[in-house]
Amino acid sequence: MSRTTEPALSPKGLELDRRWRALAAQRRLYTILILLGVGGALVASLRYANETNAGDFFERLPHFFDFTSWLIPRDWNDVWRALFDVATPSADGTEATNYPLGRVYLFGDVYLPEYFELMLVTLNIALVSTLVGVLGGVSLCFLAARNTMTNAWMRGFARRVAEIMRAFPEIVIAGFFAAILSIGPIAAIFAVGIHTIGALGKLFYEVVENIDMGANEGLSAVGANWFEKVRFGTLPLILPNLVSYSLLRLEINVRASTIIGAVGGGGIGQELKLAISRGFGAKTLALVLILFVTIVIVDNLSAHLRRRLVGEQAFGL
Amino acid sequence: MSAVDTIDIDAVRARYPDVFAPQARRRLIPLAVVVAIIGYVAYAMWFFAIPQTLYTANWQRAGLYLAQWISYDIQVELRLRDGAVRVVWPRYSQLGSNPDPSWVTKAADGSVAVDVTGSGRLEASATTVTLRRGSETAVFDISGETPVAIGPVPDWVSVSEGDVEIDWGFWGRGEFDTDRIKLAKREPGWANFLFDTRSPFFGKSPAEVVSLIVAGPRLDPDRSNLSLALDDIWNNAEWQHGDVWTKLLQTIVMAFAGTLLAALVAFPLSFLAARNITHSWPLNQLLKRFFDFQRSIDMLIWALFFTRAFGPGPLAGTAAIFFTDTGTLGKLYAEALENIDDKPREGLHSVGAPAIAVQRFGVVPQILPVFASQALYFWESNARSATIIGAVGAGGIGLKLWEAMRTNTNWANVFYMVILILIMVYVFDAISNALRQRLIGSRI
Repeated sequence: MSRTTEPALSPKGLELDRRWRALAAQRRLYTILILLGVGGALVASLRYANETNAGDFFERLPHFFDFTSWLIPRDWNDVWRALFDVATPSADGTEATNYPLGRVYLFGDVYLPEYFELMLVTLNIALVSTLVGVLGGVSLCFLAARNTMTNAWMRGFARRVAEIMRAFPEIVIAGFFAAILSIGPIAAIFAVGIHTIGALGKLFYEVVENIDMGANEGLSAVGANWFEKVRFGTLPLILPNLVSYSLLRLEINVRASTIIGAVGGGGIGQELKLAISRGFGAKTLALVLILFVTIVIVDNLSAHLRRRLVGEQAFGL
Repeated sequence: MSAVDTIDIDAVRARYPDVFAPQARRRLIPLAVVVAIIGYVAYAMWFFAIPQTLYTANWQRAGLYLAQWISYDIQVELRLRDGAVRVVWPRYSQLGSNPDPSWVTKAADGSVAVDVTGSGRLEASATTVTLRRGSETAVFDISGETPVAIGPVPDWVSVSEGDVEIDWGFWGRGEFDTDRIKLAKREPGWANFLFDTRSPFFGKSPAEVVSLIVAGPRLDPDRSNLSLALDDIWNNAEWQHGDVWTKLLQTIVMAFAGTLLAALVAFPLSFLAARNITHSWPLNQLLKRFFDFQRSIDMLIWALFFTRAFGPGPLAGTAAIFFTDTGTLGKLYAEALENIDDKPREGLHSVGAPAIAVQRFGVVPQILPVFASQALYFWESNARSATIIGAVGAGGIGLKLWEAMRTNTNWANVFYMVILILIMVYVFDAISNALRQRLIGSRI
């Protein structure tokens, strides 16, 4: 590349050039400082995590694939047998291979395999708590949105309620209701449901605040009451987004109810925790498989419906 | 604008019946949805046996536990033996090893009076127990085998099988038979939040503590009063501040390190997964399916696996968050890359810039704010998730919270940890929102 001589700058141009260089240098310095700070924090965090962990990272790393010793079943067909509760020839009388014991007989010889039943429990927890969340969120959103609630105190109150419900640790709600209702899926519904009310309430009121108020004003002008305005002026505008967010939340709730299950909410999470901690290889694989397939199906179904409802915009953050 | 009257409307309706016919069917859809939802709710009620469970639930406990979040009971026992009344405090009383509160008074004749609440009082001598609540009084003779009421018994006192229970309302309860009287006085607030009963600062007023720290003589000759005070607070046996704050730090570290590592790994991978950057269909698909795989194996499963691999602790939690979020962030990043404006890249290509410079100056400036904002969002949401996966052994405050709840006695500790978690979530929320607003402007 041929190098051309730089044209001489006027004194003003030189001054400008100097300032620009100074600014660029300062900017670079800040970038480097921020990167160093974040990098330092990361290294410190990892060291801290390593020190407070029960096992040291580098000591445990060679044993990382130890799990294959218990996870890989002697007979791969055992995964299917565990999944469908069929007796296995390698049964040794222990809990690890007692597949037919879990059968849930519906009528006669027709049975629902244990893991399908547990998956159904978890899915129902997710569905019911999403429904609870949608009902609560819809009731909250009209109170919290600026354009439907003119009273600032009421609005602030509704927003704080949604925030606290969202930020309150689910595990505490689960534990509290487990103490009152005895441990089980209903405590999980309360926990996931209350969190969902807060999360959806916030998303919904943002949707309501962004709608075009023209339809509402028109309805006001012809003397519609509050209910009619919401029904004909607001609801048609927000419904697609509401349903889309609810479906997104359902995806999240399937995962959340699995996790809550593992800490005592019942369902498939509890069984999975048991299987992994006791090292039941075939059972673990069967559970991971059914959970994986269910999550993929729910995600894709919800993505498909959301795409139909609101188009590609449903896939932003 | 020409007006349309009903005749015109009917004419239009007659001419285009197809446009108006589906309306009837469409109108049925919401009805069908509502019926389906009601049907599902009925099914769920039956499936989870919700009415029975709610009916048999112990709702009284709910109030009791909620009260324990913000108040505590002081227990005291009066033992009646050999014609004397002896005041016995539990071994680990909140009032210290040798309590002598002003609400317990011993008279010269050996009888003891306890002011359990403002208007509730119990007086016990070797032979009689006198109960007061406001202006009402009940007297029991306890010299026989079972307590015998002398005179009428008010409704706040219940007698059953030789055992008398007293209800002074929210602030006090009690029960007695002929050899012992058990009383519980409820105090608002949290007991011994700063100093436990072993500390030399225990029982001192805030002013006394401050003056001791600032100018008092050394309580421990080896160190200053300030360091002694801080050490006593940190190692408070009832509240375990040290342990709680350490576990909270672990949760924060898990969310931070897990999300940051995930973002760092997802960044280069997303360039390989985006079909407009890397023109290789097999590689794109392979990476995208890999992201889906990581995302679909729940964070819980990763947490359980890593807890087995690394042992319980924050390392397992960090690894679980890292694995799940590499998938999520990788997918989001690849989608963002596929939607970029191609003109800067084309420009750089056309002037013969090397491939790495095309990405650095043509792509990165467009997506960096979006990437950083998404990483921040997940950092904030992972701080919440880290609390839960901690409960299965993956480190952090989750396990501590779960253990505190299991005994049903430590609800004040639970509330303390909940407040800390809420503060953490709010602070993270604010930081993340402020940074995201700076990064990508108002379109959050």
